[in-house]
Amino acid sequence: MAHDDEIDCSGMNCPLPVLKTKMKIDGMAAGSTLKVITTDPGSCQDIPAWANRVGHEVVETGEGDGKFWFMVKRGE
Amino acid sequence: MAERKKMALIAAQGSLDWAYPPFILASTGAAMDMDVKVFFTFYGLPLLKPKIKAKVTPAANPAMPMKMPFGPKGFQNIDWPMPHAITGVMPGFDTMATGLMKKTFKKKGVATITELRDMCVMLGVELIACQMTMDVFGFEKEDFIDGVTFGGAAAFLDFAAEADIQMFM
Repeated sequence: MAHDDEIDCSGMNCPLPVLKTKMKIDGMAAGSTLKVITTDPGSCQDIPAWANRVGHEVVETGEGDGKFWFMVKRGE
Repeated sequence: MAERKKMALIAAQGSLDWAYPPFILASTGAAMDMDVKVFFTFYGLPLLKPKIKAKVTPAANPAMPMKMPFGPKGFQNIDWPMPHAITGVMPGFDTMATGLMKKTFKKKGVATITELRDMCVMLGVELIACQMTMDVFGFEKEDFIDGVTFGGAAAFLDFAAEADIQMFM
């Protein structure tokens, strides 16, 4: 899936993937999509919970090779 | 968008293990667009000093797993039977346990307390030092990092009364 930017949070544990993702997406334009890559299984609940709370949308998720990824579309 | 949620935390403990929960929740809450204030009182106060020297003491935490952060997996999984009667009086044991815990955290990709505190400051979390315990333990305003505010019970409760989440740690 096409995305505008990417952040690799591999090896980071709670709450770093959420914090790094928040800081990254804050600098992006509304409507653009950020691909977030993680290895922390907890991020599978945390990234969607955070996104839902702050008005971003997780439009696609996936996993493979011990990694998880999330396509987060920035809200207004 | 919905009205911003508010979170009020009290950090009353300053050991390495107890330093994590307030900074993790405060930084994450701020990242979730919440207004967050953390009130540091009693042994939580030293967490506001520029250099955090928090340690962990196995003697006060009877259920703490005593595991090694290196070696083969089978070795790492051993929960070493350490009688507290010994660990509590052995010089240097807390320093060693603290070193092992920090090493484990780093290996598992967990941020340091200082990193999490920096994030809190960056994300606009208000860190409040309890004026009364500052007086009791002899802390001056200059002892703490920039940006710390100062207050008492009423100031905290005024915010907590309107907060959606309140926790004491």
